[in-house]
Amino acid sequence: MRRTSAVALGIAWAGLAGVATPPHAEAATLSLACSALGIELRLCTETANQWARETGHTVEIVSTPNSATERLALYQQILSAGGDDIDVYQIDVIWPGLLGEHFVDLRPKLLGSEKAHFPALIESSVVDGELKAIPWFADAGLLYYRADLLEKYGAAPPATWAELTEVATTVMDGERAAGQDEMWGYVFQGRAYEGLTCNALEWVDSFGGGTFVDGNGEVTADNPQAVAALETAAGWIGTITPTGVLNYSEEESRSLFQSGNAVFMRNWPYAYALANSPASMVNGRVDVTALPRGGADGSHTGTLGGQLLAVSRYSRNPDIAINLVRYLTSRVVQQRRATEGGFIPTIPALYEDEQVRARLPYLDAIYETFSAAVARPSSQTKDKYNRVSNAVFNAVHTVLSGEMAPAEALSELDGELNRIKRRGW
Amino acid sequence: MLPRPAIGQAPRRPARRGELTRAKVRSAALLLAPMLVVLAGVALWPLLRTMAFAFTDATLSSMDEAAFIGLENFYNPSWGGLLTDPTWWNAVGNTVRFTLISVSLELVFGLVVALTLDVPFPGRGAVRAIVLIPWAIPTIVSAQMWAWMLNDQFGVINAMLMGLGLIAAPVAWTADPDTAMLAVVMVDVWKATPFMALLILAALQMLPRDCYEAARVDGISPVTVFFRVTLPLIYPAIAVAVIFRGLDAMRVFDLIYVLTSNAEGTMSMSVYARQQLVDFQDVGYGSAAATLLFFIIALLTIAYIVVGRVDLSGERA
Repeated sequence: MRRTSAVALGIAWAGLAGVATPPHAEAATLSLACSALGIELRLCTETANQWARETGHTVEIVSTPNSATERLALYQQILSAGGDDIDVYQIDVIWPGLLGEHFVDLRPKLLGSEKAHFPALIESSVVDGELKAIPWFADAGLLYYRADLLEKYGAAPPATWAELTEVATTVMDGERAAGQDEMWGYVFQGRAYEGLTCNALEWVDSFGGGTFVDGNGEVTADNPQAVAALETAAGWIGTITPTGVLNYSEEESRSLFQSGNAVFMRNWPYAYALANSPASMVNGRVDVTALPRGGADGSHTGTLGGQLLAVSRYSRNPDIAINLVRYLTSRVVQQRRATEGGFIPTIPALYEDEQVRARLPYLDAIYETFSAAVARPSSQTKDKYNRVSNAVFNAVHTVLSGEMAPAEALSELDGELNRIKRRGW
Repeated sequence: MLPRPAIGQAPRRPARRGELTRAKVRSAALLLAPMLVVLAGVALWPLLRTMAFAFTDATLSSMDEAAFIGLENFYNPSWGGLLTDPTWWNAVGNTVRFTLISVSLELVFGLVVALTLDVPFPGRGAVRAIVLIPWAIPTIVSAQMWAWMLNDQFGVINAMLMGLGLIAAPVAWTADPDTAMLAVVMVDVWKATPFMALLILAALQMLPRDCYEAARVDGISPVTVFFRVTLPLIYPAIAVAVIFRGLDAMRVFDLIYVLTSNAEGTMSMSVYARQQLVDFQDVGYGSAAATLLFFIIALLTIAYIVVGRVDLSGERA
């Protein structure tokens, strides 16, 4: 790649004027692994082909499994064998620590263009000082609520968990008295899986109880704020939250909320469009806000989710692959993905974009969440993150099901995390 | 009793087999060879490879750089290893409990169904075919189906029980640790009872009718006939059916994984091994768990065969 065109590209992708490779260069075929789901696959294919037309290269799309666990296992098989079958990987925000050793450091090639993204998202992709991936779209936990019911009972969207408990109880009791006997106050994801770790992290962090393992890799699971957070959550089960939530993932909680049987729901942004679609029984009556604070001195928070793009170390054309990644994560493509597919941009500048704002009415809630979002402790725990998460969700699950008191469960979790850590991450 | 050969004297050889027998054995071996080769490739090789991995520190990201660490995955003083892991023993306990309860229930229900289907009645052929449907549905599909049926808010099971007035409020079957195992057992019983019934029915069809004639002439009650004649005669078939189901239940995975994912309250040995192998990328430790699972199943099966005096070769039939 000639330096002059590289500098021209570094400035902005706005018009895609500077074409990445000189015309005499060999045309390469890249393969890109992205999701196989409807709109996601379509956007991925179309934008990749757009880049291919501009550059004269070819992109083959590899459809990957929908389940994150299966996808990770597939990636690991390919990468651990040093396979060059896939050049560009779509990875989950918690995988840079796990797979980082197989990805190229993007920083030298990006010429500072990564600074356009949210710093929190960039930081979660840095492993051992190397930038392993670039954010493609973001996700964070949000609080969904029934605007019509809150209005009916004269309640404002809750700012703290205590307020949420109070409002949920009032509305639930009122609705049940009015004959809606299947009404519940609050649903979230309580199944023993990664989603429960995300929920628990939000409770604990909003109370100021840290992230189980801090940025330096020290285990911090057992502290009074975390105990208070779990005590609050355990108090919901069976009162404002159905016991069944202990086996709910995202979709089960959404179906309950969407059938009009819950006042509040914690979920990812994807649920907004579905809850306000014509097929939904609460269409047009659902609004969204940042998740509550733990208390007066707590903070609004949300667990960071989302997907990143990374380039394989075993790629035969790493520079061309980085070029593709830069295009796919650029402002132009993120704008299109946001307006057409509802994917949340990772570039703060796009939050002012009229078209994006029209498509994503909850952008302000997201923006507020992102400015204080909490990352799962994946980059510091590296390839042990899944064990850490498993220990966390199992401990929280025993608390929610009433088998163990929060203080006891957290002190056991502390010991368990130190055992997993052994001599270091 | 045979006279014992004097010391230093070889025991007498059996008579040499005839030419024809040897030719038969040779052609039998030739015919079996392809099957044995395929089995060695798809069953024996993976099994041996897993056992080999159990003694290494392989991880998914470095399968080729695995070092031999002896028995450390099973036991070591520094971090304990598999044998000191309470989660593993919890999974072993869950698996054994699941196997004992579900196979016992399947045996009882299977026996009842088989005895019913053994009696001639109009439309018996159709009923026999219909009974097999649960067994024909892939486990992953029936598990997902039951997961929705058992859902606490929309599940048809709760709706039926509420309609009958048996429960006052919906029960979260798969979420509540007290009922989750019950739910798993119930789905397994629903699925595997037809298999049990089919094997027992096959045995019932082969029973000699003259015993029953004699019993009827002597005026013996049907209950006595069942316990004194039918049960002893079909016992070998039952024993084999129980071994088949027991083996199946000991390595249960899909049902539990779909209904309750990795929750520790219902985690089976296979779920544990998969979690270590796939979720935690610890190929060495996960293989150690898989190897131990293999030996536990083998031991329990051998114990059952010895204690139950099961006749697998069919020589006493």
